[in-house]
Amino acid sequence: MTTSPSIPLFEEVVNGFNKLSVSGGTRQESSDLRRARQLAFDKFRELGFPSIRDEDWRYTNLARFLKDEFTIEGWEVPGKAVRPDEQLEKKAGIALLDCYQLVLVNGVWDGKIKGGELPKNIQLLSVAEARQDPALSVYFEKQAGWDGHFANLNAALFSDGLFIRVDAGTTIEKPLHIVHIYTSGNNLLVQPRNVWVINRNAELSIIESVVSGGTAKIWVNGLTEIQVHADARLHHTMIQTAGTGVRLIQQTTAHQHRQSLYNNFTFTLPGADLVRNDLQTRLEEDHTETHLYGLYLTAGNQLVDNHTLVDHQKPHCFSNELYKGVLLEQSTGVFNGKVYVHQEAQKTNAFQQNNNLVISKKATIDSKPQLEIFADDVKCSHGSTVGQFSEEALFYLRARGIGEEAAKGLLINAFAFDVTEKIRIPEVEAHVNELISLHIPVNHA
Amino acid sequence: MLTIKNLHAEVEEKQILKGINLSVNAGEVHAIMGPNGSGKSSLASVLAGRENYQVTQGEVFFKGLNLLDMSPEVRAREGVFLAFQYPIEIPGVSNINFLKTAIAEIRAHKGLPPLDAKEFLRLSREKQKLVEFDAQLVNRSLNEGFSGGEKKRNEIFQLAMLEPALSILDETDSGLDIDALRIVSKGVNKLRSENNAFIIITHYQRLLEYIVPDFVHVLYDGRIVKSGTKELALELEEKGYDWLKEDTREKATTI
Repeated sequence: MTTSPSIPLFEEVVNGFNKLSVSGGTRQESSDLRRARQLAFDKFRELGFPSIRDEDWRYTNLARFLKDEFTIEGWEVPGKAVRPDEQLEKKAGIALLDCYQLVLVNGVWDGKIKGGELPKNIQLLSVAEARQDPALSVYFEKQAGWDGHFANLNAALFSDGLFIRVDAGTTIEKPLHIVHIYTSGNNLLVQPRNVWVINRNAELSIIESVVSGGTAKIWVNGLTEIQVHADARLHHTMIQTAGTGVRLIQQTTAHQHRQSLYNNFTFTLPGADLVRNDLQTRLEEDHTETHLYGLYLTAGNQLVDNHTLVDHQKPHCFSNELYKGVLLEQSTGVFNGKVYVHQEAQKTNAFQQNNNLVISKKATIDSKPQLEIFADDVKCSHGSTVGQFSEEALFYLRARGIGEEAAKGLLINAFAFDVTEKIRIPEVEAHVNELISLHIPVNHA
Repeated sequence: MLTIKNLHAEVEEKQILKGINLSVNAGEVHAIMGPNGSGKSSLASVLAGRENYQVTQGEVFFKGLNLLDMSPEVRAREGVFLAFQYPIEIPGVSNINFLKTAIAEIRAHKGLPPLDAKEFLRLSREKQKLVEFDAQLVNRSLNEGFSGGEKKRNEIFQLAMLEPALSILDETDSGLDIDALRIVSKGVNKLRSENNAFIIITHYQRLLEYIVPDFVHVLYDGRIVKSGTKELALELEEKGYDWLKEDTREKATTI
C-alpha cells in the first residue's frame, strides 16, 4: 500500500472526503452513487498520487507540482456559479463561429447559453443536478476502465460539471462551445465531471476551451465520460490555453458503439505548468471509426503529457491517430500512444503517428508508441519521429528574403498544418492557427 | 553591379573555389559553364549565402556593398536571387503565402509599405501569365508534389514576382524537357532588362540557344580558366571539356 502522507494535497483530500460524508453534500444522491464514491476513495487512498515508479507516469514527475497546498471547494455548495470573467470569456471566444456558447467557472455552469435557444432534442444539465437525478445517477456510478489515481479521486469527490444528452436521430447543426474558466484567489483543487451521451444516429460538435485567470495555483482534475451510441457521430475539439499556475489533468473516455464515429482534436498551447491528457477510446462494438489528432506546442518550463489509448475490443474497427509536437524553450513533452487490439478484434485497422519538432536545445520529448496486438488478421502501424528544423527549408525561405525568425514561424505552421487542416470547422481552424501564431516566431535558446 | 575578386571558398575544409574573378554589369547576361565538380554550383551557393560554405579569401561587392557581410535574407532583399538547382518541397507552406511574406519583407527593407491584397493578386496574375505558370500550382503547398519541370518554372515565377537586380540560375535547365526549357527561357528573356543582370550556370550549351548570353565563362577546378562571348559556348559544345583539362594541366606543368 502506497500512501502519500507528506503531500499536503493528500491531507486536504482525505479531510475533504470526510467532510463530504458529514456535511450532507451527497445526501440527495442514490445509495449506489454514494457507495461508488466510497469505493473510489478507498482505491485512491490505496494508490495515492502517482510517482515515476508508476509505468504510466514514468516521464511525468509530479513531485514539484504536489508541493503546494490546495483547498477543495465546490461540492459543499453545489451549483453556486461565479459570474464569468468577461475578459477570459472573450479570450476563449472563437471569432465568427456560429455556435451555442456556455461558460463553466471552476467547473460550475451558470445555466446561461449564448447564441440562441437550444433545440429541444439536446439537453444540458449541471452535474450538480444530474447526479441527484435517480434516472441519471447510473452515469456517475461506474467509471468503466478507469483505475487511475486521479480518476478515482474525481469519482470520489466530484460535485459539478456538465451533463449533455442528444436525442436519437438528431443532428445538432451548430457546434456547442464550452468555455472552461479556472480562476481563484487561493490555491484550489477543482474536479469537474462531465457526462455526454450521444444517442443512436445523433450528431454533435463540441469545442472545449480551457482558460485561466488569477494568480493562485489551480489544480484541475477533470473527468469526462462520453457515450457515442450506434451510428452516432461526435466531433470533439479541446483547446487548452490555460496560463501559468494551472495544473491540468484531463481524463476523457469515449465509449463507442456499433458504427459510431468519434473525432477528437486536442490542442495544447503554452501556458499551464502541467498538462496531462489521458484520452481513451473504448471500441466496444464493431465497425466503429475513430480519429485522434493532437498538437502540442510547449514553451517555458511546461510539462505536457499526452497519453492516449485506443482499445480495439471488437472486429472491423478503424482508428487513426496523428499527434504532433513543437517543443520550445525548456519545455518537456511526453507522448504515449497505446493501441490495444484484443484477440476478438479481427480485421482491425489501427494507425498511429507521432512527430516532434524540437526547436530548443533545452527542450525534451519522450515519445513512446505502444502496440499490443492479440488478433492475427489486422493492419496496424505506428511511427515516431523527433527532428529539428530542416536547414535546407530554412535556407530556401531565407534566400527569398524571409528573415530567420519568420522562416521558422512558417515552418512551424507548416509542421502543424497536417493536424490543423483536419479541423472540420473553418472558424475553429483559423482560431487554432491564430493561437499557434501567437507563440512564434520564437526565441530559441 | 557585381564584382567578385579573388574569391576562395571551402566546404567541410575542402577548397572548392580557388580564386574567382568576375564582373557583372546591369543589363548583362553571363553564362558560367564547366564540367561537373568544377565549382559552378558552389559559386552560386556562396553568392546566395549558404552557411556551410566558408569564404577563406577574396571579396564580393554587390551594388557597392560587401555581399559577404550580409545574411542570406538581406542579400535577397538587396536584390540577389538564386534559382535553386533542386528546389525543395515545403508541405504546409502555401506558395502564395510564402511569396506574400517574401515580398512584404523585401518591401519593408526598401522602406515601402506592403502590397494590399488586390495589388498582390494583380501582380501575381500578371507574372503567372508572363512566365506561363499554372494558377493551380500557385495555390498549392510550396513545390509539394510538383514535377521537376514545375519546380523549375516555380523558381522563374518567384523570380518574376520578386524582381531581383541579380538572378543566378543554377542549372535551371537540368531535368527539363524541351517544352519546359522553352517556357522557362521565354520567361527569362521577358524579364531581362537594362536594369538587371543574370548569371546562368549550366553544363550544356542547349539553354544558351534560348537565352543568349553576352559573356561565357568556363569554370574549372575552382577558377575561371577561359572567358569569351557566346561563340565560346559553341566551341565547348563541339569539343567537350576534355581539351580544357589538358590545357590547364599543361599550364600547371609549365609554371
